[in-house]
Amino acid sequence: MGAGPAFWVVGVFLFAGVPLLNLLPDDSLFHVSDFTLNLLGKFFAFAILALGIDLIWGYTGVLSLGHGVFFGLGAYAMGMHLMLGIGTEGVYGNALPDFMVWNQVKELPWFWKPFYSLTFSLAAIVLVPMAAAAIFGFFVFRSRIRGVYFSIITQALALVAWLVFNRNETNLGGTNGLTDFKHIQGFSLNDPATQLVMYMVTILFLGLAYLLCRWITRSRAGRVLIAIRDCEQRVFFSGYSPASYKLFVFVISAGLAGLAGALYVPQVGIITPNQIGVLPSIEMVIWVAVGGRGTLSGAIIGAAGVNYMRSTLTNHFPELWPFFLGGLFIAVVMFFPKGIMGIFKKAYSMLPFGKSKIEKAAVTD
Amino acid sequence: MILNPPRFCRAMKVRHDEPDIRFLKRNIMKRSFMPVLFAWLVLFSGSVSSLAIAQESSPASSEIMTMQEAMTSLIEGPWPEKKLAVDYLLKNGDPALLPQLEEFRSNTNRRVRRLIKPVINLLKNKAGLASPDKEDRRAAARDLGARGTPEALPILKHALSGEKEHWVRYDLEEAIHLLNLESADPQVQFASIQKLGDMRSAAALPILQDFANQRAGNLEQQALKDESEKASRRIQKWQDVTRGIEMLLQGLSLGSILLLMALGLAIVFGLMGVINMAHGEMMMIGAYATFVVQEGFRAYLGEHLFDYYFFLALPCAFFVAAFIGWILEGTLIRFLYGRPLETLLATWGVGLVLIQTARLIFGDLTAVQAPSWLRGGAQVVVGVQLPYNRLFIIFLALFCVAGIYILLFRTGIGLRVRAVLQNREMSACLGIPTRKLDAYTFAFGSGLAGLAGSALTLVGNVDPELGRNYIVDSFMVVVAGGVGKLAGTITAAFGIGTLNKLLEPGFGAVYGKVIILVLIILFLQVRPSGLFALKGRHLDS
Repeated sequence: MGAGPAFWVVGVFLFAGVPLLNLLPDDSLFHVSDFTLNLLGKFFAFAILALGIDLIWGYTGVLSLGHGVFFGLGAYAMGMHLMLGIGTEGVYGNALPDFMVWNQVKELPWFWKPFYSLTFSLAAIVLVPMAAAAIFGFFVFRSRIRGVYFSIITQALALVAWLVFNRNETNLGGTNGLTDFKHIQGFSLNDPATQLVMYMVTILFLGLAYLLCRWITRSRAGRVLIAIRDCEQRVFFSGYSPASYKLFVFVISAGLAGLAGALYVPQVGIITPNQIGVLPSIEMVIWVAVGGRGTLSGAIIGAAGVNYMRSTLTNHFPELWPFFLGGLFIAVVMFFPKGIMGIFKKAYSMLPFGKSKIEKAAVTD
Repeated sequence: MILNPPRFCRAMKVRHDEPDIRFLKRNIMKRSFMPVLFAWLVLFSGSVSSLAIAQESSPASSEIMTMQEAMTSLIEGPWPEKKLAVDYLLKNGDPALLPQLEEFRSNTNRRVRRLIKPVINLLKNKAGLASPDKEDRRAAARDLGARGTPEALPILKHALSGEKEHWVRYDLEEAIHLLNLESADPQVQFASIQKLGDMRSAAALPILQDFANQRAGNLEQQALKDESEKASRRIQKWQDVTRGIEMLLQGLSLGSILLLMALGLAIVFGLMGVINMAHGEMMMIGAYATFVVQEGFRAYLGEHLFDYYFFLALPCAFFVAAFIGWILEGTLIRFLYGRPLETLLATWGVGLVLIQTARLIFGDLTAVQAPSWLRGGAQVVVGVQLPYNRLFIIFLALFCVAGIYILLFRTGIGLRVRAVLQNREMSACLGIPTRKLDAYTFAFGSGLAGLAGSALTLVGNVDPELGRNYIVDSFMVVVAGGVGKLAGTITAAFGIGTLNKLLEPGFGAVYGKVIILVLIILFLQVRPSGLFALKGRHLDS
């Protein structure tokens, strides 16, 4: 599946078709409620993040267990802008965010001030995670930390970030995080129309992110990434610098994670440290694994699918969800290493007309 | 305030509380001073004379003859008689009267309760000083030093003459000198200040600082003041030293917990290249095994055997965790060799399942009661205590290191393990059953985690997410220490443990962790494969 007809059909359906279904009468079979639309918006925000993880893990073979941090940086940047947008409508009627009044902070900390500006916030959403990834990645890749070592170090990064965001004196809302947002650029966040627009913006960015990833993976650089995944030594001896390529793709994927975080916040209405720690970070990886690593559409399907199952299962059997998630980790590694996309492809290749096409498209794995 | 005899102060205070003090202040000060001085003289001479009487050991006092009579007059007599009885009991009381006094206290009014409170405290501590348990004796001595009255002095001196334990003697002497600080005789005070400085008594520091900050009226007081200043400086200097020692000991103890966990991880990772994310859950299993053994002892064996449960719990924790590890290896991990990232994800999934299972079985939080011989601690130097449970963990870690060393370097199986570690294919060609060794190693590593979990029950609660709190730290130890080298793991564990505790007071626990992560990343710039790397010709290891 490329940016061929399938992409446009699915894309247009998600972008325009689903909102149209929302207009159907409530009792119609195909009606999509405001609630479902909001959920879908959240899932597809996660899908953008999954695309980023797929780039670094599925294509380059570098397993990052710290993407929650970059997601969180983007989410907090957006959250800070929304927080300042509350103005004096908060519980305490103070221009400062409520939690600062509560923590007896008298003046807005310096790093909060630029977030009054929408332009700055939108830039920070992508640039802050990218900068963080660049600094971290530079040191880590330079010293040729790879494989499980890289995963462990990034997991420690997630733990540390979680600890730091939990502190009150960092002025990021502590354990409660940022919440109680009122409006975005003057539009109320409680208004279904605003949420509808947020959903459409998410789909738009998902499409753009998909095209970006597709462009990267189809480019010459993309071939080098796959080569690094398959045998880093040979790439190294062929005169390439794997570290630079890995750093590049790590930074890009951090930017996508930040974008996902920023789209997530206004739709869900809260961001707390618990959404960016060790556990969520490793869960993000499993979305990609379930969908099928090394395929971009797989990342999207996995993110949306696992999160859909999560919201249904935790509604009905909350104590069974960890078993299910744990089982998913095991099953996807043991039985379906290529995920849902792998199963599709296999089923497709069994059909009499599917064989030749698959062989042509088998550049990715 | 303390430079003066305490009774004087109390009298002054009472006078100040009079309602019309605003109008007649000068007058009252003048008028009140004389009676107070007089009362003080009377009381002081009274206590001296009664001390003499007590030393004669035949109470020839006309009002009170025996202990029982004192009790009767305390309970039934009018107020002055009650006071006399209290004085008598303070000097000659017997701890055997405590139940009677307690009962009396619960039935009487507030004023009488206040009156007899010092008696009850004193008698309790007197009983404590006679206890066979040295911790009880020490607690009693410390209590008397902190809030005792001069009546306790003869009791303390008596206890000191019969005491052999070094630290009990220390506490007794400290208490005596603390009480002497309230003495009326400047020479006694001076000697005690000097002595407390010599002893580096931490309890005396606030009092001595009070002394040093007081305005001196005459030469004698000036001498006391100077001496107090000197003594408190000495004590403060010593406290800086003890803080350092304490930090090192805490670091050692944290390091040995990390070491216990990292040992299993390092062996499994070194030999099989497997990152076991469920290692923390093996610890959790060990902790719950300990809990179950404890509950079993409590339910089926008597109280007198309860203290020994830990001797059964340790092997139980080891074998239960090893067994589960063995099953895990046989059903899951052996299909994933050579794919470390996949193993990482799969074992994380196993961990999730194990955590939820434990939560469904045991609930959210359970506590293990440490056996009595692991409670309390050993005094190392003045002001530094090493709790027995920490000491036990340190010894357990050392024991495990020694065991692993012997197993790896002094047995045939260890020789084979090391051969596989160096070159798996070649070892297989030479007939070493590498598959079997893998299974054993994994089980052994999991068993070590079980031991670590069992040890952790001594320092904290048991909950299903017990392992999660330590797993990232122990991975850091493995990464920093280098794979496949015991020495690296040991050095890294103690290094990170001590660093953690060194940074904690200055930066707080959170920023301490941040700094350690940064330091580890920077360290890996210099030595990418850890402290002690395996030497080999592999570019990719």
